[in-house]
Amino acid sequence: MIAFILRRMLQSIAVLLAVGLVAFSLFRYVGDPINAMVGQDTSMEDRALLREKLGLNDSPPVQFLRFIVNAARGNFGLSYRTSEPVGRLIAERIPATLELSFCAAAFALFIGIPMGVYTGLYPRHWSSRLFQAVSLIGISLPTFLIGILLILIFAVSLHWLPSFGRGETVQIGWWTTNFLTISGLKALILPSITLGLFQLTLLMRLVRSEMLEVMRTDYIKFARARGLTNRAINFGHALKNTLVPVITVTGLQLGSLIAFAIVTETVFAWPGIGQLFIQSVQFSDIPVMAAYLLLIGLLFVVINLVVDLLYFVVDPRLRSQGGAARVSGH
Amino acid sequence: MTFNLRQSVALAAIACAVFGVAPMAQAKTFKWANSGDVSSMDPYARQETFLLTFTSNIYDPLIRRDKNLKLEPALATKWGQSDPTTWFFDIRPGVKFHDGSPLTADDIVFSLNRANGPGSNMQSNFVSVKEIKKDGDMRVVVTTKYPDPLLADKWAALGMMSKAWAEKNNAQNSADMTKNEENFATRNAMGTGPFMLKERRAGEKTILVNNPNWWDKPVHNLTEVIFTPVSNPATRVAALKAGDIDMTYEVPPADTESLKKEANVKVLEGPETRVVFLGFDQERPELLESNVKGKNPFKDKKVREAIHRSIDVEAIKRTVMRGQSFPTNLMVAPGINGYMKDLDKRPALLKPDEAKKMLADAGYPNGFEVGMDCPNDRYVNDEKICQAVVAMLAKIGVKVNLKAQTRNLYFAKILRKNDLAPGETSFYMLGWSPAQTYDVHNVFEALIQTPNKATKKGQFNAGGYSNPELDKLADAMEQETDKKKRDDMIAKATKLYVDDFAYIPLHQQALVWAARKNIDLVQRADNSFPLWFVNVK
Repeated sequence: MIAFILRRMLQSIAVLLAVGLVAFSLFRYVGDPINAMVGQDTSMEDRALLREKLGLNDSPPVQFLRFIVNAARGNFGLSYRTSEPVGRLIAERIPATLELSFCAAAFALFIGIPMGVYTGLYPRHWSSRLFQAVSLIGISLPTFLIGILLILIFAVSLHWLPSFGRGETVQIGWWTTNFLTISGLKALILPSITLGLFQLTLLMRLVRSEMLEVMRTDYIKFARARGLTNRAINFGHALKNTLVPVITVTGLQLGSLIAFAIVTETVFAWPGIGQLFIQSVQFSDIPVMAAYLLLIGLLFVVINLVVDLLYFVVDPRLRSQGGAARVSGH
Repeated sequence: MTFNLRQSVALAAIACAVFGVAPMAQAKTFKWANSGDVSSMDPYARQETFLLTFTSNIYDPLIRRDKNLKLEPALATKWGQSDPTTWFFDIRPGVKFHDGSPLTADDIVFSLNRANGPGSNMQSNFVSVKEIKKDGDMRVVVTTKYPDPLLADKWAALGMMSKAWAEKNNAQNSADMTKNEENFATRNAMGTGPFMLKERRAGEKTILVNNPNWWDKPVHNLTEVIFTPVSNPATRVAALKAGDIDMTYEVPPADTESLKKEANVKVLEGPETRVVFLGFDQERPELLESNVKGKNPFKDKKVREAIHRSIDVEAIKRTVMRGQSFPTNLMVAPGINGYMKDLDKRPALLKPDEAKKMLADAGYPNGFEVGMDCPNDRYVNDEKICQAVVAMLAKIGVKVNLKAQTRNLYFAKILRKNDLAPGETSFYMLGWSPAQTYDVHNVFEALIQTPNKATKKGQFNAGGYSNPELDKLADAMEQETDKKKRDDMIAKATKLYVDDFAYIPLHQQALVWAARKNIDLVQRADNSFPLWFVNVK
């Protein structure tokens, strides 16, 4: 088990280095940040001087090496756009993204799984068909369109919810939270639905097909023959056996919720790291882009590790076989 | 029981004191949004309209611009040239910073030197300056290397910062991008302006509150201003309709019509001082991207004229810009000193046959092929304008191969290089506003004079247009302090570049802002938005 974790951590470092190197080789294609940094009247000499000072003339591997050496000391540099330390910029934005992703994930899990169970148990019921039809919308409509539609309905027409932003937040240490004010909670609703809708439909469809599969198996029949209650069969035996794929998908989707909150954050002007990243791309703000990409890389690596460990908890067969090798492919 | 006004106010004051709340009727909060955030609270961090206009609410300049861009006294009550190379500024007495400390000549000298110091992006305003020193507590004297008639104009954008505050917080210089140190002035502010910085959360929101001790009589009635960056245009428009914001600074062209139909919203439109134009490579002996070998067709004035007179800017205005542009034939806009109304007439359009004949006379009976560069995210409808130009020139046999790309890549390609080699383009689009001086000389110096490494002229003359007579006039007007003589020089120089078809000025794009009906504000042609003109009804 420990050997497994150590091995995964070494792999993670290799993955992160690869992500960083690829990122730095791509930065030259997002354009020259200097023109965005200086006023239109700045002379060519001054521009060249600044470019030299910031090390933008060095080759990508050299720039990357310098970035890694500084990053290892906890020094991510100053943002070209705002001249603030990158580490702090990201730390300030992370709570907004994590809280949004958390709510979206909760929305997807607590509504998606029961809906999946229900449609799996009663596949021919009219309400199941309705759920199926509605879930098609969630799969097929692009996120920004859903977001704008929700804003038009609930903010512009009904005036129930704010059209953008985080509302009032409360500061606890370095963390800012939405959960302690009414306006903060209201502000969470639309973005969470927008971000979570796709995951919800995905989970619902996954749980449904797994449930349909499991309900046909022999041990469910035997369980019924033993006279167990429906509840014990449906949730104790059936649902539990659908969980391994569900955990994999949920884990990976949690990563994408955080990484791809970009669109939702842009639509709702949600001050999270996704929006920070978009602003940085427009500005060719290399220090912020580099730190963000590494952070997201790290996030996926950690989530994958946690997911692998969760298999051990859920699936007793893996524990008895010590089957790290069997699942490490995920 | 009846109260007269005075009693009511007194009662209200007592009520406030007792209950410790601001009376609701008087609390006027103004919420507004823009596509991007202010990049810093440091007024010298970037020479960029949005940062300068935002920080000008906190930091007063020596001299400011009024609604019509004319200079008027701010922290300096009086200024002028005591001899051609000496400027003086008399400091307004009794002005206090937001922390209550008095403004003196020391603060002014400190601020000017900070703006010309390391990390600052305002240094180009100080090219002519030799020395800045104080003369007593209330006067600042500036000596220049040569007569500089535009010093006051250049400095109208510079906010004045508290010396004691900056020194106490180790912010004597603007942030150094090469170090990993946070600069205090990036997030905090200490000026004398009409508003005080209450809260700054970069990328999220910035809150200003009214400065009750401002030296000037406020025109605004705001108690609090909340600024939020909202990058998605559709969300900005929705938020304005929903009343979550009172005003948005940049309205997407596609949404203008729908907003005009909205009952609670008004759309404000006006010409911007920026002129969008097309330029030619007139420098290389052979164009980089063309099928003409061994010669450069754009060196021939006839070819430039044929192209200039085949581009129908009115059609571009009607179709591409949906009416939101102001066609022009000059490189500067009304409101800029040196704009010559009599010369702002576009020559008559040519019929395709006439243009073809003109090209044939120049030696191109079958037209030619040329590459064109265009940004796709810098000016309003930039790429679409270029596409329209491609179609118009196709009619006269000039085949244009358009390459449109994002601004960071675009400018790196077309601007002149460090050694002042010409930009890597044959035909390109650029927009320019003399945003520092509001004077035409900046346009001559940067765009029209012959590129010269030693004198730093023509640095943005990407195509290398050159006319020695115009160079002389531009150099002379830089130092001419007699207004009449200077205006004559401007007129002559303007006529030269117009007659040479040096560039193809297209139009000024329209500034489009939108606000709720209950908001009164002033839309200045330089796209700056001073909050001290805002009233919430």
